[in-house]
Amino acid sequence: MALLDLANPSRFLTLAARLLPWLAAVTIVLLAAGLYLSATAPDDYQQGATVKIMFIHVPNAWLSMFVWGIMSVASLGTLVWRHPLADVAAKAAAPIGASFTFLALVTGSLWGRPMWGTYWEWDARLTSVLILFLMYLGLIALWRAVEDPSRAARAAAVLTLVGAINLPIIKFSVDWWNTLHQPASVMRMGGSTLDKAFLIPLLAMAIAFSFLFVTLHVAAMRNEILRRRVRSLQMQQARAFVSEVSAGTSAPTQIIGAA
Amino acid sequence: MDLGPYTSFIATSYLAVLLVVVLLIGWIALDYRAQKARLRTLEQSGISRRSGRSAADIR
Repeated sequence: MALLDLANPSRFLTLAARLLPWLAAVTIVLLAAGLYLSATAPDDYQQGATVKIMFIHVPNAWLSMFVWGIMSVASLGTLVWRHPLADVAAKAAAPIGASFTFLALVTGSLWGRPMWGTYWEWDARLTSVLILFLMYLGLIALWRAVEDPSRAARAAAVLTLVGAINLPIIKFSVDWWNTLHQPASVMRMGGSTLDKAFLIPLLAMAIAFSFLFVTLHVAAMRNEILRRRVRSLQMQQARAFVSEVSAGTSAPTQIIGAA
Repeated sequence: MDLGPYTSFIATSYLAVLLVVVLLIGWIALDYRAQKARLRTLEQSGISRRSGRSAADIR
């Protein structure tokens, strides 16, 4: 199946039905392996056992930015190529990205209290991630506020691309400003500064959470396509209702799902 | 496994992740069931897609 074939929602649904059980199984195995490696990782000489929070905090933080990146590419697909699945992909990703961002903030806060002595500090990294979370919520609200999905998609695509400016700010905030948050220790010039004892469980959890995202995203996209089919059939039913009433024929059928 | 004096912070972090992931999976699963049920109800009322294929059958 060529990649272009996936532009057809029906073909995407068929592929999703085949892929989802396998994706779910791989995700469960990877999460089990990642959790085992995290549980058996040694304590850090300075942080003690709190280093275990890193194994869930960092993958969530990476994914919070990665998901917005995916949504930005999808937004280009909406605005430039008008790909039929682009705004479906962006809309379906937003609640998942918001969840990862929320978890990055919560786990970071719970890691910060014993290590920094505070749950929260208005420094550049923490504040820019909080702004990312608020932008996710704003996008979700926008999609819910506009009834026509194609109109909502264009407005959301513009907002997503504007919001993408925040991604390099988050990434380089620890270099550009003097922050309480530590500088990058994995994705940096010159290689990782993390010892393998911590790097391997961290990468295992990052891969597992990435598969979790892909699984949830495919499932959420399937739901969004079905939701649009429901809307399309309801509009078809409403048109039939109006024509029956205007023609003065027998009692019109009840509109299902109408408020 | 001894997590030392910060057990509560570590356990709360992992529980928070578990809770949010379970809620996310549950929401997506319930949404899928709801959309399929709405499509079946619409099709049973005689509304069908222009292609004539079932909207609820995706396999």
